[in-house]
Amino acid sequence: MATTAELETLTADKIVDARGTACPGPLLEAKKGMTTVPLGSTIEIWSTDPGTKGDISAWSAKVGHDFLGVLPADGYDRVFVIRRK
Amino acid sequence: MSDVLNLVLFSGTADKLHAAATLAAGAAAMERPVNVLVQYWALDAFRKDRIETDLGLSFDATIAGTKRPVGGTKSIAWLDAFRMAKELGEMTIYACTGSMDTLGIDFASLDPIVDAEAGVATFLMAAGDGQIVFI
Repeated sequence: MATTAELETLTADKIVDARGTACPGPLLEAKKGMTTVPLGSTIEIWSTDPGTKGDISAWSAKVGHDFLGVLPADGYDRVFVIRRK
Repeated sequence: MSDVLNLVLFSGTADKLHAAATLAAGAAAMERPVNVLVQYWALDAFRKDRIETDLGLSFDATIAGTKRPVGGTKSIAWLDAFRMAKELGEMTIYACTGSMDTLGIDFASLDPIVDAEAGVATFLMAAGDGQIVFI
């Protein structure tokens, strides 16, 4: 996990904009997006679904990625993950 | 208990298929293998000439005061969720041969998203000791 200050200064390697899609859309978009970046890259998922932050955290734990945390934005969440496998 | 998620789909309305597809896609994204056995009205829904049509809602939706799907029944993207599950993970869809016989449906008339026809023992072997969810 990263602190809010760390997340605020972080520049992701890829942004996955899943705003407007409902569960499980953002999770599926995240998984798809993850395969397009090399190991060690950070991706940022944008989602308006309130379940996404929990889903991405659970998915990261299950699959072995590093879940960094969430920043609330204007009407959506910015969820940060590092690809580890 | 094994990591495999096994779904038995009986109902063929868009809402129930969407609930099933959501579980399947979520499990596939979580890298859990998924087996799906389609029977009866779910099997009928997977016919090539029906799968893209408006499959309606289950009985619950007829109760007065029930909320309706905001974009209409046709907007329920259950097939897209199943397709995503296949694209992202390991999912096998089996057509129940017993239901095929009962309803007079042959395998060639089913959408290609259905992988194989199977009897119940084949499905149960694939399911192993994983959970089985009936929808």
